[in-house]
Amino acid sequence: MSAPSLIAASGDSLREAFGKALATLAETRERLVALDADIAGGTGLHHFRKAHPSRFFQFGIAEQNMMAVAGGMAATGLIPVVTTFAVFCLRAVEQARLSIAYAKRNVKIVASHPGLDVGPDGGSAQALEDLAAFRAIPGMTVLSPADPHEMALATQAAVDFDGPVYMRTGRSPACSVYANGHVFRIGKGHILRDGHDVTLIACGVEVARALEAAKLLAAENISARVVNMATIKPIDADLVARCAEETGAIVTAEDHNTIGGLGGAVAEALVRARPCPVEFVGLEDVFGESGEPDELAEKYRLTAPHIAAAAKRALKRKRHG
Amino acid sequence: MSAISLAARQDQDRVHARLAAIAARTRQLAIAGIYRAGSGHPGGALSAADLLAVLYGAELNIPGGTADDPARDRFVLSKGHAAPALYAVWAAMGYVADAVPLALRRIGTASQGHPHVLDLPLSETSTGSLGQGFSVAIGMALGLRHQYVAARVYAMLGDGECQEGEVWEGAMCAAHHGLSNLCAIVDYNKLQSDDRNANIMGLEPFAAKWRAFGWHAIEIDGHDRAAILAALAEAAATHDRPTIVIAHTIKGKGVSYMEDRPLWHGSVKMKPDETRQALAELGATETDIATWMA
Ligand SMILES: Cc1ncc(C[n+]2csc(CCOP(=O)(O)OP(=O)(O)O)c2C)c(N)n1
Ligand SMILES: [Mg+2]
Repeated sequence: MSAPSLIAASGDSLREAFGKALATLAETRERLVALDADIAGGTGLHHFRKAHPSRFFQFGIAEQNMMAVAGGMAATGLIPVVTTFAVFCLRAVEQARLSIAYAKRNVKIVASHPGLDVGPDGGSAQALEDLAAFRAIPGMTVLSPADPHEMALATQAAVDFDGPVYMRTGRSPACSVYANGHVFRIGKGHILRDGHDVTLIACGVEVARALEAAKLLAAENISARVVNMATIKPIDADLVARCAEETGAIVTAEDHNTIGGLGGAVAEALVRARPCPVEFVGLEDVFGESGEPDELAEKYRLTAPHIAAAAKRALKRKRHG
Repeated sequence: MSAISLAARQDQDRVHARLAAIAARTRQLAIAGIYRAGSGHPGGALSAADLLAVLYGAELNIPGGTADDPARDRFVLSKGHAAPALYAVWAAMGYVADAVPLALRRIGTASQGHPHVLDLPLSETSTGSLGQGFSVAIGMALGLRHQYVAARVYAMLGDGECQEGEVWEGAMCAAHHGLSNLCAIVDYNKLQSDDRNANIMGLEPFAAKWRAFGWHAIEIDGHDRAAILAALAEAAATHDRPTIVIAHTIKGKGVSYMEDRPLWHGSVKMKPDETRQALAELGATETDIATWMA
């Protein structure tokens, strides 16, 4: 009998892209080590385990200890990459706060299975609060790349960055947004499509949906700019202000609670610099449920038509001042 | 008695006199700091003082008394609320000025209420949330071994702290990874914040728990400095597993009205007359008492 194949362990998910990139990066980065809590098969870390077994550390189902251990390993000069599902990173937020961020340790926390993208495992497994929680920790950089190509670049940027990073990957096969040649820089948003009526600012799986929404809007003669905001913190405040200046209306889209994540970060930047109407696409302060990711995205209003509808609401507010 | 054994005996006496002096100075400066701060945790600082004195005075290899040497031994105070004693033992060792324990909890100083590694690098990590320092120490032991650094790592935990689930995650982890370069010490003073351990959440059979988790466990009187020395030597000679030293102590040790009384856990505001009595019982000189209380 052959081994069961892992559902969605396909080559085009963000987690797989992360795992492959990390294994390659480790070839030239001796200090890189990886920490797992019994889910390397699901986080993409199995690639690293296979390529660098002596640098792969197993902690069992004990995330709080693993998180703080990473801080200790970093204190000896190693660069620990600690991985688990996003929802279990929430379990160790306080360890990330004290033993990593407060102590300024060079640890990378990589969280797979964020948001409704988790799918059938259901509400208990769908982290909708992680961006908010980790963003609120002083000194923590927070990333949520959009596609496999960008994930590989972001993995390198995170590993080579000196300081604690929280990065979301993703479970499901991800749509391709970038061809080769994309340049990823921490702290910089990227305009994927220009437009002048409204700006759609998205991260993670919502970037591909925002691009689709821009096409829907174009069919109605609405010119939408699309920004991939893969760095949630530090937010690219200059770009956010520029988009407000040049388009006068903004929609944020994320697979996360509308409280405290990308939408919160964008809104905070706007009220400081140049307020304009903002509409938020995300979970409206509710938990998810079991279902296929696409079904859930539709039910919880994360898909392109919902982003387009939010854009029209923002436009209306812009016009009626 | 032969001349050689007499010399050895005199050497030993000198070591013990020195450790006794470090322990006394540690207790005095910890209490002075807590008095000046107007808050802080005296009970668990006093119960840990002999352990800290032996660790820093005889066991830890910390060249130059700084955190600069990558091959130094590491000590992590996982029960971070005993910071007054940690700063005090450093001062007693001459690693920092007396001003460090005496500025405890003051705004704008490095003497944070709980050890912060960015302010005082000898803290090795930042603690205060119970359970975490132990895990960080495990990470240090793993990291050092991975890089073939022969240094040893020590962590001190409170008994109440051992109610944290993370401690037992760490206990499993250190044993699983065979971290013989790690030695944990529990300041087993039988009290925690509100009451006795036994009334809050009993720990017994305590040594048996650690043994069942795969540790080499040694039980000692945590105020018997010769016993502490011997236990640490036994830990260093244990090559297949981590060691836990379960040190039976008295919370508030050395100050008559504090001993074994939950009230003095903290965070307390010490009155001048209480402080004067405490410092006198701890053997502080009249000059020191006057200077510290000014
Ligand atoms: C995770 C966490 N929970 C609660 C506290 C608050 N707290 C500080 S000290 C303490 C009691 C600790 O008792 P023990 O570990 O026995 O320390 P000791 O008796 O040596 O002072 C508590 C509950 C804390 N610092 N960290
Ligand atoms: Mg206690």
